[in-house]
Amino acid sequence: MSKRVLQRLTEVFGAAVIETHSQHGDDTAVVVPSRWKEIAAFLRDDEKCAMNHFIDLTAVDYLNRREPRFEVVLHVRSIEKLHRLRLKARLGEPATIDTLSGIWAGADWFERECFDMFGVEFVGHPDLRRILMYPEFVGSPLRKDYAAQHTQPLVEYRPEAVGKLPPFDEHEGMPFGRQTHDRVEPRVNALGFSDE
Amino acid sequence: MEPLDIELDDGELELPNEPMQVNMGPAHPAMHGTVRMVVDLSGETITKVDVQIGYLHRGFEKMCERGTWTQVFPYVDRLNYASPMLNNVGFSLAVEKMLGVSVPERCQHYRVVLGELARICDHMVCSGAMAMELGAFTPFLWFAKARELIWDVFEEETGARVTHSFGRVGGMAQEPTANFKSMVRAAVPAVLALIADGEKLLLANRIFLDRVENVGVMSKERAIALGWTGVVLRSTGVPYDVRKVHPYLTYDRYDFDVPVGTSGDNFDRFMCRQEEIRQSARIIEQALEQMADEGSVNIDDPRIVLPPKEDVYSTIEGTIQHFKIIMEGIKVPAGECYSYTEAGNGELGFYIVSDGSGTPYRIRIRPPCFATMQGVEEMIVGGMLPDVVPTFGSVNMIGGECDH
Amino acid sequence: MTASQTYVFDGSEQGFATTRFEDLLNWAQKYSLFQYPFVTACCAMEFMALASPRFDMARFGAEAPRFSPRQADLLWVVGTISQRQAPILKTVYDQMADPKYVLAFGTCASCGGFYDNYTTLAGIDKVIPVDVYVPGCPPRPESVIDGLLLLQDKIQRGDRTPGIVKPRTDPRVVASQLATGHSTDVAHAQLVELRTSKP
Repeated sequence: MSKRVLQRLTEVFGAAVIETHSQHGDDTAVVVPSRWKEIAAFLRDDEKCAMNHFIDLTAVDYLNRREPRFEVVLHVRSIEKLHRLRLKARLGEPATIDTLSGIWAGADWFERECFDMFGVEFVGHPDLRRILMYPEFVGSPLRKDYAAQHTQPLVEYRPEAVGKLPPFDEHEGMPFGRQTHDRVEPRVNALGFSDE
Repeated sequence: MEPLDIELDDGELELPNEPMQVNMGPAHPAMHGTVRMVVDLSGETITKVDVQIGYLHRGFEKMCERGTWTQVFPYVDRLNYASPMLNNVGFSLAVEKMLGVSVPERCQHYRVVLGELARICDHMVCSGAMAMELGAFTPFLWFAKARELIWDVFEEETGARVTHSFGRVGGMAQEPTANFKSMVRAAVPAVLALIADGEKLLLANRIFLDRVENVGVMSKERAIALGWTGVVLRSTGVPYDVRKVHPYLTYDRYDFDVPVGTSGDNFDRFMCRQEEIRQSARIIEQALEQMADEGSVNIDDPRIVLPPKEDVYSTIEGTIQHFKIIMEGIKVPAGECYSYTEAGNGELGFYIVSDGSGTPYRIRIRPPCFATMQGVEEMIVGGMLPDVVPTFGSVNMIGGECDH
Repeated sequence: MTASQTYVFDGSEQGFATTRFEDLLNWAQKYSLFQYPFVTACCAMEFMALASPRFDMARFGAEAPRFSPRQADLLWVVGTISQRQAPILKTVYDQMADPKYVLAFGTCASCGGFYDNYTTLAGIDKVIPVDVYVPGCPPRPESVIDGLLLLQDKIQRGDRTPGIVKPRTDPRVVASQLATGHSTDVAHAQLVELRTSKP
């Protein structure tokens, strides 16, 4: 059904659509980044497409695998016509592309997330700042060249917790086992004689 | 303080109306997630709000790129932790779509039953937490008691109360237990009775109704443009349910209704959830009837499904097969796909990119409440500060999912 | 310090007993823990179950939540703490008045769990001292109750030593990898620097 959307897209935009495929039944079009916004607006406003339901926007980093490096991926669907489309644009570094937040209001946060995680800059975005990470964070964590375990703490660690080396002393660590609940103490009266 | 009976010009008695900034969260007692709202107030009316999420960002997508496809399941569990089974099912379906396989019918019914049980839990947690934040603690206890009954079934089936990690690519981790059907049939009516009790406490309560009706209204068009899905979208009057519109598993064989709201306020969202619980119970009943008692729940493909344990310990083929799946992972053909299911909060999508190896190249989760949360700003601006609490409660923000 | 040297006097109609003041205070304290739930993640589901009828935390005198840290003496850290959340956790802890206790609920709060990555704090003991760790992802309510009893036991003994969990990376392994120093101290210092420096 949504093959028609792909057809229509190639008819209208011609060379701006670089390639299309329908792997696993997901209709996909790769377009040139310079006409990204224009094509998105067309998808929403054209009567035959009517892609009014924003679904998802993300990016994929193909470091050392593909040139250009990034691929911005957009998923949209139509509430009335029930078809879906995946729109992709390939970006080199520095990655910049037009914002879609004026077309679908939902793109706002998704673009912020994409900026946060991949460092893709969305030109014209009203409020482009980090959303999941804190403002002090440096780098883009989901890029393939960001080491997964590299933390950037905001507070100083307690020296005794960080610098602590095994083996531990006996008095350290959590005392396992109860020391008062299980203990039976003979009751002693004031004169020092036990009950028994 | 000066006495007020001195001579004053007109208007001097009014409170100063410069906006005041108030931080709600991220450790606010009435915000059951970890979200921070920087609210600009004029009197008690909200003029501007900045919703900040990300306090529970745990690097889900990065962690997925580090193990095999099967090792993603525990992470998936902890996305929407109110209904982990739905996430399990959603991710299994995504990888199966990529592999081009579909599980046996018995397993499909089994997944539906477990998924719908999880949905009931999810909606109960949301409604209960929302009521609790409005001061109604008793319904929450009712719902929590009902949830325990469902968790008993889950524990019997999967071995875990909350985070099951029970889904597998090409099937489930275990067969249904012998008395699975009777357990579910016993639990569901008891749960529905408890829910009806809890609901009665709320729907006859003036305070509750006053605080939810016509509060946090969202229009249909805005909701669609914002990318809302699930209960929150249906409450505005759009009958979009993935189970009906794009049926997956065996959902096209059951008879169930999609409850739809009219005005998109907190009350509609609450009532849609409550009605969906009843519809889920209907689905469970039908699925149990149609589910066969015998037969495998796993597909018959040694490259995807682990061999039975007896074979692993007794035959060399079984050992090798087990070793290859565990150590190298399931080989998913190179390519990309987007698979979507109806989770507790709406359309849970997985955009998967594979390079043909046993490790995912990229797994992107499309969290339904991420899209929902960006609409919260519109819903609460112009309202009063106390309205934030029911509005936030009714959109059911789940930190693990929203913040990835 | 040993606890409960209690003397009961024979022949007393009223049945009074003498004990040391600290013991009495500890005894009173352990059964009236005012908790501040710092609930972030999945463990919240089990935390709800713990507070609800079946498991009923109220039996142990620890059910009354105080939503101001200044009124609480037990901080439940329930769920994953991210690097972004860490300063807030520290602030909350600092705002609590002494004597204060911390219970790490679940694996994530105890050591970061399987979120060994750029955003997760590898255990809240990196930031605040912890008294009792309850493992499990999420822990079953029974094990939490066990942890609560351990804490009560600790309070009764007057023991204020914070617990410590083993670091995630064995410094001796890192030493061989870094191959710059033979001493584990040096290697560990390097590890700490590696993990905390900015790129």
